[in-house]
Amino acid sequence: MAGTLQFDLVSPERRLASLAVTEVGIPGTAGDLTAMEGHEATITTLRPGLVRAVGADGVRAFAVTGGFAEITASGVSVLAESAVPVEELTGTLLDKMIDEARSLAAMALPEDRDTAEKLVHDMLALKTAAGH
Amino acid sequence: MPSLKDLKNRIGSVKNTRKITKAMQMVAAAKLRRAQEAAVAARPYAERMNAVMTGLAASVGGSDQAPRLLAGTGDDRVHLLVVMTAERGLCGGFNSSIARLARQHAQALMARGKTVKILTVGRKGREQLRRDLSQHFVGHVDLSAVKRIGYVDAQGIARDILARFDAGGFDVATLFFNRFQSVISQIPTAQQVIPAVFEGAATSMLYDYEPSEEGILADLLPRNVATQVFTALLENGASEQGARQSAMDNATRNAGDMINRLTIQYNRSRQAAITKELIEIISGAEAL
Repeated sequence: MAGTLQFDLVSPERRLASLAVTEVGIPGTAGDLTAMEGHEATITTLRPGLVRAVGADGVRAFAVTGGFAEITASGVSVLAESAVPVEELTGTLLDKMIDEARSLAAMALPEDRDTAEKLVHDMLALKTAAGH
Repeated sequence: MPSLKDLKNRIGSVKNTRKITKAMQMVAAAKLRRAQEAAVAARPYAERMNAVMTGLAASVGGSDQAPRLLAGTGDDRVHLLVVMTAERGLCGGFNSSIARLARQHAQALMARGKTVKILTVGRKGREQLRRDLSQHFVGHVDLSAVKRIGYVDAQGIARDILARFDAGGFDVATLFFNRFQSVISQIPTAQQVIPAVFEGAATSMLYDYEPSEEGILADLLPRNVATQVFTALLENGASEQGARQSAMDNATRNAGDMINRLTIQYNRSRQAAITKELIEIISGAEAL
């Protein structure tokens, strides 16, 4: 049994989760990573995706749209721009977020176009991952 | 000397006023509780954000590549004052205290030969500053349709500020709002957001940064502006309700005092009238 680490998920408006877990999967901008106890202290930005916290009482997943995560040896804090527990995530909510990302991509300056389109694709991947 | 009927009407109208102020006080108390809860719920995010930003700023801030949001434009000629007030009045000195602070700030800056631009959030502040500073207004954010302040509102304001900054509209941005202390005390506060200033010592934690320190900083600085705007909005929301609650509490008490005074006056006049009538009757009978 691996050691536990403290997992906090906060959005600007409220604290969504604060629990002891064994591992946390984080959708980092530069790629997915999984944090376990004793992880090197890291700060990473997030892309839209699922944050998965694996604890003694099962897996809890949250859809996040961006933000950053602070990983230390003893805990993970995810500061998400907006976060929704996967159970509350509905297809319509996702579609709304995807539309928003698309309109942003349409407006984006040429040099930001790639980033914006990546956002759209991340959103679409998030939709698939959430099973909608 | 007002007539008995006048006094009676007067007492009736003050009683009605008292009912209204009492109701407003209770509504404000309920809203204050909710606003405080929202402010408390938002605190963990803001604190973490600040801690991370402080660390980042300390390690990158000195270098030449520091983003403009942190290092500034290298100039401080044009100042943007973001004046946050309420959409409604009847909350004591709440709006005036912010307006006063912003006005002092603007005058001090102008005396030093700086250009001042004002972005108002909330109708009341705009009305108070319009008289002498209206030529400095560059925009207004209307939150009257917003029932419950959400992060999206803050993001909207932050985007507005950042767009102006990117367009070279100003060098320094300062937020003006009331920091909530207690129901009877709200502190008008000026907080500089661009270039970003961080309080407190940086933690000595050494982090790996993914992608890079500069990349993260560039990503987080705009978010930090939104977070600070959001915190200011929530503090302001709680302060407004607190100020209204105590103002309405005072008004209710004053109305009660006034009713007591008027009632005494009414009773005295009534007794005087009765005494006068009795004297008239008695002296009339004696004359017979």
